Amino acid sequence: MSGDEPIEAASDGAAVVAAVEAVAERIEDERAHLTELDSAIGDADHGGNMARGWAAAAEAARDLDDPDPQAVCKTVGKTLMAEVGGASGPLFGGSLVFASAELDGGVTAENAVAFAETYLEKVEDRGDARVGDQTMVDALTPAVHTFKKSVETDGLPPLEALAKAVDAAERGVAFTVPIRAKKGRASYLGWRSVGHQDPGATSTLYILEELLAVAAAALDAETPDVDATSPTIPDEAAEGGAGDAADAPDAGEGGD
Amino acid sequence: MVGLAVVSHSERAAEGIVEVAAEMAGDTRIEPVGGDGRGGIGTVPDAIGDAIDAADDGDGVVVLVDLGSAVMNADVAVEMSDAEAVIADAPVLEGAVNAAVAATDPSATLDSVREQAEAARGMEKL
Repeated sequence: MSGDEPIEAASDGAAVVAAVEAVAERIEDERAHLTELDSAIGDADHGGNMARGWAAAAEAARDLDDPDPQAVCKTVGKTLMAEVGGASGPLFGGSLVFASAELDGGVTAENAVAFAETYLEKVEDRGDARVGDQTMVDALTPAVHTFKKSVETDGLPPLEALAKAVDAAERGVAFTVPIRAKKGRASYLGWRSVGHQDPGATSTLYILEELLAVAAAALDAETPDVDATSPTIPDEAAEGGAGDAADAPDAGEGGD
Repeated sequence: MVGLAVVSHSERAAEGIVEVAAEMAGDTRIEPVGGDGRGGIGTVPDAIGDAIDAADDGDGVVVLVDLGSAVMNADVAVEMSDAEAVIADAPVLEGAVNAAVAATDPSATLDSVREQAEAARGMEKL
């Protein structure tokens, strides 16, 4: 295994700053859509809060004299916490600050897995949310688990592992539609939250998509095909047979 | 003396709650904090941290919070603060009044004040 070798493109702080800028741009583009999602079940502030937070984060990242990946993550996290003014501050920002400790030895496949797991753990702890609560955890958990499995068990290159993680997050977002919110502002709506796509899960997917696009560009590779119907959680799929794997994504198609 | 910080999504709500609790608070320091820092609804960890510091005279601070992100941002502020601070799992207004009264007890500790704040969870009104 070469999990402890630096991923060259990602070790370059400039690529990480580029990723932050790409996220900021994407969130700004999706601002109205995120606000619309949050208007249906929340307090309609997710689009505005995230757009403002990521714009400030991109600026702070650009201003760094020595933008090594860990410093960029820390700065972005702190800026999000200071600027967002809602739950997304501690969830996206606080978790990023905390997880940045895992990048101490630079960006390697191994460290990236540790980073992802620590980030997820912090989001779960801070928000006291688990899979099935109709929150960003529903997108994040399958993404992180898939990334870990793809790197550690399947031995895929990090870029392919990230592409699988994006697939998994996409299905996780779709999964938030038919379930009832148990955490966050939407939980106050009870059953009326059913049928709505979670805004935090959605923005989590956008962030992962941008990370993938920038990582692909930095590694000078084609963006691996994101096929939302491919079985990226093969543990269950393999055990349950091909039929189950093919059925699973159908449940989420209402999310479109 | 144990201090209090009252965190609400609305700065005015925080100030109003402090106004009510202060009637019972004697010399207790109670700091209101709330809003997104731009006049809107929200909470910001740095501002909560400043309120905790302002309420602390060395004996610690019990933090009262309203909804969702107030809890999370207070959690971040408590982690980052040098003061000994704890969040009370209590309704924000009733908890603040209870805590204000408890803090005036000469033998009050951080735990006793938090416990009194949390006793407000079972408060019946009718």
